[in-house]
Amino acid sequence: MSHWIFRRALQALSVIVAMSVIVFVAVSVIGNPVDLLISPSADLAERTRVVAGLGLDQPLWRQYFNFLRGITEGNFGRSFVYNEPSLKLILQRFPATFELAVAALLIAVVIGIPLGLYAGLRPEAKVSRIVMATSIVGFSLPTFWVGIMLIMIFSVQLGWLPTTGRGATVAVLGVEWSFFTADGLRHLLMPALNLALFKLSLVLRLTRAAVQETLPMDFIKFARAQGLSPARVVWVHVLKNIMIPIVTVIGLELGSTIAFAVVTESVFAWPGMGKLIIDSINTLDRPVIVAYLMVIVVLFTAINLIVDLLYTLLDPRVRLEAQG
Amino acid sequence: MSASTTMPVLEARGLSTHFVSRGGVVKAVDEVSFSVARGRVLGLVGESGSGKSVTGFSILGLVDPPGRIVGGEVLFQGRNLVGLAEHEIRHLRGNRIAMVFQDPMMTLNPVLRIDTQMVQAVFAHQRMSRADARGRARETLAMVGMPSPDEQLEAYPHQFSGGMRQRVAIAIAMLHRPDVIVADEPTTALDVTIQAQILAEVQKLAREQGTAMIWITHDLSVIAGLADDVAVMYAGRIVESGTVDEVLDSPAHPYTRGLIDSVPSSNSCGERLRQIRGMTPNLRNLAPGCAFRFRCDRADDACTRDPPRVERPLGHAFRCFHPMTVS
Amino acid sequence: MNAPESLAALAPDESSIGRFWREFASSRFAVGGLAVFCIIVLAALFAPWITPQNPYDLMQLDIVDGRLPPGSASAAGYTYWLGTDEQGRDMLSAMIYGLRISLGVGIGSAIVAGIVGTGLGLIAAYFGGRTDAAIMRLVDLQLSFPSILVALMILAAVGKGVMNVVLALVIVEWAYYARTARGTALVERRREYIEAAESLALPKWRTVFLHLLPNCLPPLIVIASFQVARAIALEATLSFLGLGVPVTEPSLGLLIANGFQYMLSGKYWISLYPGIALLVTIVCINIVGDQLRDVLNPRARK
Repeated sequence: MSHWIFRRALQALSVIVAMSVIVFVAVSVIGNPVDLLISPSADLAERTRVVAGLGLDQPLWRQYFNFLRGITEGNFGRSFVYNEPSLKLILQRFPATFELAVAALLIAVVIGIPLGLYAGLRPEAKVSRIVMATSIVGFSLPTFWVGIMLIMIFSVQLGWLPTTGRGATVAVLGVEWSFFTADGLRHLLMPALNLALFKLSLVLRLTRAAVQETLPMDFIKFARAQGLSPARVVWVHVLKNIMIPIVTVIGLELGSTIAFAVVTESVFAWPGMGKLIIDSINTLDRPVIVAYLMVIVVLFTAINLIVDLLYTLLDPRVRLEAQG
Repeated sequence: MSASTTMPVLEARGLSTHFVSRGGVVKAVDEVSFSVARGRVLGLVGESGSGKSVTGFSILGLVDPPGRIVGGEVLFQGRNLVGLAEHEIRHLRGNRIAMVFQDPMMTLNPVLRIDTQMVQAVFAHQRMSRADARGRARETLAMVGMPSPDEQLEAYPHQFSGGMRQRVAIAIAMLHRPDVIVADEPTTALDVTIQAQILAEVQKLAREQGTAMIWITHDLSVIAGLADDVAVMYAGRIVESGTVDEVLDSPAHPYTRGLIDSVPSSNSCGERLRQIRGMTPNLRNLAPGCAFRFRCDRADDACTRDPPRVERPLGHAFRCFHPMTVS
Repeated sequence: MNAPESLAALAPDESSIGRFWREFASSRFAVGGLAVFCIIVLAALFAPWITPQNPYDLMQLDIVDGRLPPGSASAAGYTYWLGTDEQGRDMLSAMIYGLRISLGVGIGSAIVAGIVGTGLGLIAAYFGGRTDAAIMRLVDLQLSFPSILVALMILAAVGKGVMNVVLALVIVEWAYYARTARGTALVERRREYIEAAESLALPKWRTVFLHLLPNCLPPLIVIASFQVARAIALEATLSFLGLGVPVTEPSLGLLIANGFQYMLSGKYWISLYPGIALLVTIVCINIVGDQLRDVLNPRARK
C-alpha cells in the first residue's frame, strides 16, 4: 500500500514540475522575460541592474533553474502593485477563498445529496420533477448573474444581508477565519450560496443518476428477495455503492470551486485569492500571476492525489489491487 | 409415486403474469399451475423466453413494471401470496421462501463484505446481536461446504470464484431455513465440475432440511439428476408435467420429446445433433392455439385451438392434441 | 432478469428522423426551449431591422435620456421599453445587439472547438498507440483544470478582444469534444463497416471522416449543445470580469457588468434585462441539450 502511495506521490510531483516548466516557458516566451520581475515603470539603469542581478542575461535553461530555486525558497518575486513578496500576498488571501469554497461545497452536499437521493428513488413524484427542472436552471445560470440577483433581492430590496465584503474574523489555528463568527457568517452566506448553486445542481444530478443506475442492478433485486425492507436496501446497499463516485467527484470539485470563487469574489468584493488575481491580470502584475498559478497547480495536484487515495480506500475492488 | 399425498408447501394455480407496453401484451406466464411438496425438488424446464424466470419472480412478488401478476393464485402453506400487502410478503421473502439467482457475480453487492451482506439478511427477519448474526452466517457457510468460513466472511465478492460466490448466495438463502427455495438457473454460469458439486450439495441440503425446491433451468440433464418432479414450459405455458421418471422415460408432448432428443449425450457418437426446428416464438401478440404448432411435425388444424390439460395416471399431465404414444 | 427478450423493439416502424422528432417532442419543455431559442437567434440576426435604435451609433444617442426607467418616452418618439443606461442607450436595443455578440462568440467557439476536438479525438481513436496516448494525455491535463482558470490565463497572456476570447474558449472546449469523440470512435472502430472500408483500401482520411465520423455524431451533438451554453456563460463571465470583449462590442456579460454599479442605487434595469436575456438563452439551450441527450443515448432511455 505504501508502495502505491509512493508511486502516486511521485507522479504528482512530476506533474507539478511539468506545470512549472509550462508556466515558466509561457510567461517567458509570451511576455518579455525582463518584465516578469521588473515593474514597467522602472528606468533603464534599474532594469540593467535587476537583469544582471537576477541573471536574466543567462541562457533560458539556467534561468529556469533559478526560477525553480527561487520557488523552493518561496521567492516568486515582488508584486509591482503592492511591493510585497507575491507568494505572501497569495497565501494571505488563501484562507478567505478556502472558507468560501468549503462553505459552498458544504451547502451543495448537504442539500444536493438528499434531494438527489429522493429524486432517484421516486423519479415520478412531483417534488422530484420540480427539483430536476430547477437543477437545469441551477447549472445554466452564470454564477455572476446569480450573485447580482442575490445582492439585489436580499441586500438592496429586503435589506436582510450585507451587500459585500467579508465579516469579522477570529483566529483559529493561527489563521483568521470568518466562518466562526456570527457577523462572518452573515457575510459568508450569500457568496457561499452563490458559489454553491452550480455545484448543488451537479451533485444533485449526479446522485440521482447514480441511484438510478444502481437500482436496477441484480444485487438490489437479490437484496429485496432476501426480504430486506426498502429502507435497508437503500441505506445499506444503494448508498455504499453510490458514495464512491460521489465522494470522488465532490473531492475533485473542491479544486474547481476554489477556481470559480474568482467570480463570486469579484461580485461580492470578497478579499480572497480570486479577486487578487483578477486585479493582477488587469494591472499586469506578473509576479502575482505566476505565484497564483503555481499555488493552484500544487493545490490541484494535492487534491487529486488525496481523492485518488480516498477512492482506493473506499472501493474494495481497487484497494485490494493496490495492496498487491 | 404421485406428486405428493400430503398438502404441497407451495402451489401455483392458474398463475398469469403479463407485461403491457405500447407494442402489445406479452403473456410471459399464462395460466401456469404446479405444486411442490416438502423435501421434493420440482424442475421447471424451458428455453430462454419460455417464462420460467418470470414464474420464479412471480412467486416472490418481485415482478417489476411493466409486468404484473394479472390472475391466478400462489398458495404457500394454503395462504395466497398474490395480492398480499408488500410488507406481509416481505416477511416471507428470504425467510420462508428464498431465492437464488443466476449470476453470482452480479447478485452479491460488490462493495460490501460477505459478512455485512449476510448479517443484513439475518437482521431482515430476526433481532439478535451482531455477533450472533455473524455466528449464524458462519454456520450456514459451513453448511454449504465453504472451506474456511471465517476468512470468507471478511472477504469481498470479487475475491471469490464463481462457484464459491454461488455457494454464498445459497447460504444466504438458507440463513433462515426456509420452507421453499426457488433457484433460477443457479449453475448455468458455472463450470460443469463445480455445477456437479453444487447440485450434489443442494440435493443433500434439501433432503436433510426438508426444504422444497423449485429448480429453474434450461438444462434437462440437470433435472434428470436432481429433480423429483418436472414441469416443462413453452411460451409461458406448462405443456407437460409429472415425475421425472415418467416424463423423461415416456414424454407425451412433442416439445418434451424434442428437448430430450437434443441433449447431446443421448446421441451415439458421430450422429448429427438433433434439434427442434424453428425458433422460440415471439411472445408479443401470440396467436391463439398451441404455441408449439409451428415447430411441430404432428400439428394439424386441430391445434389452432388451445389444447386442454389431459391427465394421465400417476400425476402425468400434458397439453397436446397429438401426444406421443405412451408406452 | 427483466422482461423477456421479445419485449425489445416494441416501437412501430417509422423513419429515423420521424422517430427522432417524435421522441424529442415528447417533452413539451424541450420543444418550448427550442422555439424560444429560435426566436432569440432570429432576433439577433435581424437586430438592425427590429430594434428602434442602434445603440452603438453615437449619433442616435442622447445623454439627456440616460438612466431612464423602463417605459419612458424618448425624444425621438419611440418608447424605451426597457429603460436606458447611463449613456442614453436603449436597453432593449443594447440587449439584442449584445445577444449577437454573445451568440456569435458562443456558437462560433463551440463550432471551431468542435471541429478541432472531434478531429483530434477521431485521430486518437483511429490510429491508437502513441498518437492516442499523447493526445489523451493532453486532454486529461487540460480537463483537470477548471475552464475559468485556463481562460483567465490565456486572456492574461494575449489580452482582451473578441477573437482572443474566441481563442480562449476554443482552447477550453476542445478537450470535451476530443474525449467524447475518441470514446465513441473506439467503439465504432470495431464495427464491421469500418473493416469493410479498410479492406477496400480507402485512404485513411476518408475512412475516418466519411465513415467513422457520421456514426459518432449523436453524442457529439449532445456535447455540442451543452458546450454552446457553457461558452456563452463563460464568455459572459469573462466579460463581466473585464477580461473579455471590448466596450465597443459589448456582449450581454459586459452590459451586465456595466449596470452592476447602478444596482445599489435602484436602477436595476441596466443589469437586469441583459441578465434575463442571457439566462433565457442558456436555459433554453440546456433544456434542448438535455432532451437531445435522452433521445440520442440509448442507455438513458427509461
